[in-house]
Amino acid sequence: MVGHDHPVIEFRGVTKRFGRQLVLDEIDLAVERGKSTVIIGRSGTGKSVLLKHIVGLLKPNRGEVWFEGQRIDTLSERALVPIRRQITFVFQLNALFDSMTVLENVAFPMMENSDVRLDREEIAGLARHCLELVGLAKFGSKRPAELSGGERKRVALARAIALEPPPKVILYDEPTAGLDPQRSDAITKLIRELQEKVHVTGVIVTHDMKLAAEAGDRVLMLYNGRFVADGSPEEVRQIKEPHVHRFVEGIAEPEDVVTYTT
Amino acid sequence: MSRMNAVENMLASTGAAVISGLGDFGRFWSFGSRSISFVPVELMSLRGWRRLLPQCFQIGTRSVPVIMLTGMFIGIILVVQGYEQFDNAGLRDMLGGIVNISVASELGPVLAGVMLAGRVGGALTAELGTMNVTEQLVALRSMGADPIRFLVAPRFLACLLLAPILTCYADLVGALGAWAVFVFYYGGESEPYWRMTKQMVEFWHLNTGLLKALFFGGTIGLVSCYKGFHCKPGAQGVGEACTQAFVISFILILMLDFFLNVFLNGLYNLWYGFRSLI
Repeated sequence: MVGHDHPVIEFRGVTKRFGRQLVLDEIDLAVERGKSTVIIGRSGTGKSVLLKHIVGLLKPNRGEVWFEGQRIDTLSERALVPIRRQITFVFQLNALFDSMTVLENVAFPMMENSDVRLDREEIAGLARHCLELVGLAKFGSKRPAELSGGERKRVALARAIALEPPPKVILYDEPTAGLDPQRSDAITKLIRELQEKVHVTGVIVTHDMKLAAEAGDRVLMLYNGRFVADGSPEEVRQIKEPHVHRFVEGIAEPEDVVTYTT
Repeated sequence: MSRMNAVENMLASTGAAVISGLGDFGRFWSFGSRSISFVPVELMSLRGWRRLLPQCFQIGTRSVPVIMLTGMFIGIILVVQGYEQFDNAGLRDMLGGIVNISVASELGPVLAGVMLAGRVGGALTAELGTMNVTEQLVALRSMGADPIRFLVAPRFLACLLLAPILTCYADLVGALGAWAVFVFYYGGESEPYWRMTKQMVEFWHLNTGLLKALFFGGTIGLVSCYKGFHCKPGAQGVGEACTQAFVISFILILMLDFFLNVFLNGLYNLWYGFRSLI
């Protein structure tokens, strides 16, 4: 029996630069097993960059990234495959495959994962079940282009949980971006529900404070490449540090305020 | 002082362009070699065939009408261009042979390749470019699937295998088009047209054409997929990538045609010289 005393995901002094632009500045982060960790921050602060380090889609310039006690930032693409098969990713633009039907999209990770010991019928059955969980049981034969934004997001969520055994971690990149408040609320509830039903560790990147408050067990705020807030949603809401306070309350930074002059 | 700065700037921008070009060249070869390395694996797996066959339909079957049309007009135009000169020289009956050699060994593969670069290459770049900008390629990687194996290898293989087959169609319809104009428009006779074709067109001409088509097909597949994978974000990025894919494929087809002609002519002289000795 393997002990689980270490965090599922760990960042140790991770620095990431794109050219001269410093995006992550010696980030330390330990993601607790079975909990939802929400990373908030303004657009362009490196939240998605941080998420992509977890699956090895980006490599840090300095520092270490660990998954389940294994250092992964030094692994080759081939060596990363077993890691990636334990983590699923809900992309900001959903990244559904246009050439496939909704059911094929949901079944795809299982079809291509050699660790999944299911035949085609069982995979199709599980994919249908996942679509049922997100309320899209009748949409299996449609193409992603025929769906609304909210429906596509739900298909992406269904694809993220459609693995047997279930994924250890689900990464959500702006899961409510571009959705109206009602659909946004539905997706938030769905994420919380999936978290409770499937018991996976979640890392959610968002600037939607409602999602952070309702779906997160822990909230961190990224600002200028560093975490400037860390705590429960309620604790972060109480922080008086100006950047955190303004972000949480939705108040513009002084330098962002533009006055219209004729 | 300002002239000095201008020279420095020019040198710096030239250096940057050379470095960027070399980098791109290296990335293309790495991309190409990885794509080719997956071909045997794809051919030996059922899933590989499942990915290959739809591509064969898209790239091959759907290109047949346009390739046949191209081939037909090549044959027709060659007869229209050459008829009077051949007739004046009293060599009218040889026209079929000459036209069909040109179609089979040169114009058929080259123009079929150009047409394929426009129709198929553009579509491949646009498809993969759109997948790139909508994060579908990253999504594949995040699922532990290799996008080069899943997307590039079947498309490259389909282009490689189907370009020679499409060239056969172009050659065949080109010969028929040329014959139709020769007989029905200029009033020539069928028998000498086909007799001279049979006498003059050798397997060598057909095979060199098909060999060229194989190279052209592979080039179109690799260049188009590479450009799709490395396009800039946004609709403009995808559009630019499509244009670049066509222009680069076109130039490479002509360059390859030159080098293959030089190589094959040498081989022809060697082989037929050797054959005449025995």
